[in-house]
Amino acid sequence: MDLGLIISSAVKIIGFVFLMLMPMIAYIIWVERRFLAIIQDRIGPNRVGIPWTNVGLFGLGQPIADGLKSFLKEDFTPGHVNKFYYVIAPALVMVPALLTCAVLPFGRDLVLPFLDEPIRLVIADLDIGPIWIFAIASLGVYGIVLAGWASNSKYPFLGGVRATSQMISYEISLGLSIIPVLLLFQHLNLNDIVRYQSEHGWLLLPMWGDGWSVQRWLYLIPAGVAFIIFVVSMFAETNRTPFDLPECETELVAGYHTEYGSMKFAMFFMGEYAAMIIGSGLAVTLFLGGWSLPFGLDALVLGVFSDTWFSWVPALLSTGIFFLKIVCFMLFFIWVRGTLPRFRYDQLMKLGWIIFFEAALANIFIAAGILMFA
Amino acid sequence: MLNQYIPVLMHLLVVVGFATMTLLMSVWFGRRSTSKQDIKDTAYECGMIPIGENQPRFSVKFYIVAMLFVLFDIEVVFLYPWAVVFRDFLSADQILIFWSILGFVGILFVAYLYALKKRALNWVG
Repeated sequence: MDLGLIISSAVKIIGFVFLMLMPMIAYIIWVERRFLAIIQDRIGPNRVGIPWTNVGLFGLGQPIADGLKSFLKEDFTPGHVNKFYYVIAPALVMVPALLTCAVLPFGRDLVLPFLDEPIRLVIADLDIGPIWIFAIASLGVYGIVLAGWASNSKYPFLGGVRATSQMISYEISLGLSIIPVLLLFQHLNLNDIVRYQSEHGWLLLPMWGDGWSVQRWLYLIPAGVAFIIFVVSMFAETNRTPFDLPECETELVAGYHTEYGSMKFAMFFMGEYAAMIIGSGLAVTLFLGGWSLPFGLDALVLGVFSDTWFSWVPALLSTGIFFLKIVCFMLFFIWVRGTLPRFRYDQLMKLGWIIFFEAALANIFIAAGILMFA
Repeated sequence: MLNQYIPVLMHLLVVVGFATMTLLMSVWFGRRSTSKQDIKDTAYECGMIPIGENQPRFSVKFYIVAMLFVLFDIEVVFLYPWAVVFRDFLSADQILIFWSILGFVGILFVAYLYALKKRALNWVG
């Protein structure tokens, strides 16, 4: 047992999950409400600021107030539900969602002046990155199907059945879509993938290092198709508009969490947003260079801060860049929610099983062909 | 290197602990209602009294989709190791790796076409 490993991973877990991910979930919800309000020509939550004063701060206190409210509401369990599964279902949604971030590299190796070796800014540097994320994320289906079934009520039941079917269908195209990425990088370790992209051009922006080759530019075709399939499947996996059929208000009230209230409901909410943030993080890591700066600026930054006492600056900067990219992605999520109408269920299934499945399979062979002949 | 998985185990413990604490804190801090109301215990159906079973029958299509998922998701899992070693084999001039995976996917594609022909993925009508 290595004490240093345990201490550093404890710090990383607390730092990444509770100091970065959790506040981000809280404030993405606020950003979503404000941004949607702007799209729909409303004002949105703008009042909650500092208590007992008139300082509004654009409603920045809203997530804290919402969280407190969820805790203080009556923790009600209706009499007709299956108690055990009803209680653990929200935890079964939130735990996998937070667990997937273990393999996501959130910054360049941190070099501290008083430590011999650099600290890798990833909680667990596993060699099975994307597989870990898909394997754990798909466990989230259990929480949703149990919530729908244990509620013993019609709307949650229908929502749960729809959600299960939708999530497992899009998992296939999600899994197939990243194979062209792995074909090119030959790694399953996400940190190695980002480091390669930092030196040789992002997958979708091969404009520096070894990126200026015919092969990499031809590879933009399968990479672009893979990116589109990945992003759309991610929308379906996280039950977001235009694929929010499991919880569409117009027919199912709130879908699988109709019978839930107080913090149990908030846990479904947090799990869903955590899944969205980590899904965006994976998309950014695989296709848009993760924590790296574009145009090979990373080498420049490393050169400027090569001094011993400032060697921690590039790591901090890369973490900021990673989160900036995720925020841009999340804004895209919200924009789509404000723009597109909901799919019909048969259209959803046709898109997942017929269009995306075939396109992703063909895409793999196009990618392999480019690597063989170009 | 099983050492790599120690942080994963710690992460799992922290996250499970967090979820448990959240559930418990909601029970501790939440207000209790003083009176017992029967209407609160009924299933929510927009204010109507629920009729019929609360877990009605549903279309068998959902079940078929689940079975097809198992079949094709395993196909996806087998493609991952192939994708990682593909370029190593190419640089060793072993083009066979391309044709062999084409065969593997081809066999499953026939199964996919069969599912399509049987209208297993058809949700209209």
